Amino acid sequence: MAYIDLQNDLPGIRGPMIYRPETGAILNELAEILLHDENNTLSRGDREMIGAYVSSENDCFFCQHVHGAMAQHYYGSDMHFIDSIKKDFQRADISEKLKSLLSIAGSVQKGGKQVRPEQIEAAKNLGASDREIHDTVLIAAAFCMFNRYVDGLNTWAPEDRQVYVDRAPMRARDGYSQAGLVK
Amino acid sequence: MAYIDVEEGVPGIRSLFQFSPETGNPLCQLAEVLLRGNSPLRSAERELIAAYVSNRNGCMFCMNSHAAAARCWYGKEKQIVDELLHEKNARLLSEKMKALLLIAGKVQVSGKSVTPDDIEYARKAGANDADIHDTVLIAASFSMFNRYVDGLSAYTPSGEAVYEEMGKRMCEKGYHI
Repeated sequence: MAYIDLQNDLPGIRGPMIYRPETGAILNELAEILLHDENNTLSRGDREMIGAYVSSENDCFFCQHVHGAMAQHYYGSDMHFIDSIKKDFQRADISEKLKSLLSIAGSVQKGGKQVRPEQIEAAKNLGASDREIHDTVLIAAAFCMFNRYVDGLNTWAPEDRQVYVDRAPMRARDGYSQAGLVK
Repeated sequence: MAYIDVEEGVPGIRSLFQFSPETGNPLCQLAEVLLRGNSPLRSAERELIAAYVSNRNGCMFCMNSHAAAARCWYGKEKQIVDELLHEKNARLLSEKMKALLLIAGKVQVSGKSVTPDDIEYARKAGANDADIHDTVLIAASFSMFNRYVDGLSAYTPSGEAVYEEMGKRMCEKGYHI
């Protein structure tokens, strides 16, 4: 049970977002721009994967499965593929560029100062633009917030991972702007 | 030097807002609502939570600027800020603020570190749901802001005067892109 009376029984971040709509709307807008906006050279799948990976490193069940399911939807893959990236992205069947970005995201998860110039250099050598590096760092940082918001208030999450997979097409279609603010 | 091509000499998160106004806009709005919008917590207390979390994350830009904003809000009581951040001394703080800072410190480590006992302790000290909610989200959001600034190695000016000026502006004019 959540640590505070959220006055609704929605799972994960949707509970506190409805409880406090002034901040909920802003958090949704941030998620929309970072993850769903088409005007971005990183694919929606890769951006969701960065969010899922950081959430997995933070051990946030709700966020890693929501965003893992979103990546799975965009990639047209199965759950096993997403799990293989979360478990050991260096050995997963993804591009070297995405590996370099996930490496940066993993350092951001540990702390901003953990990101080394060599990691940035490696990503740039693999074709990552300043914009892509910026977005990778901000997505990783934003999930360090979302994960803490969700778990710091002890919100509940559906245990069945299929629930997240089933919701992903709707979220991909509608985006995040109104997500969670409509019951 | 920053890891990406931002305008030189523009301090900290402002250089990142310039680089990416699309995301700078909601990030500014978030700071404005959390630190200056409706809340049972005073702005002084909320800025103090922000500075406390930033200090624990070793983010000097956010720590110095929000400490300066907190000093500006606290006015005559401003020694609260320096005692807490530099001497780890909370003697001037209310029991409620001590309990909320404990929660914020847990959130800084990870969401799962917050225990039912921490919440119970805060309630006994007079904190309500809104106090706890805002504390958790402020601490979580600074876990983001700090990583954004340092993860891109944004320029961190030195010298107290720069931050005093910055804190005064944050206190008086708020957060706008």
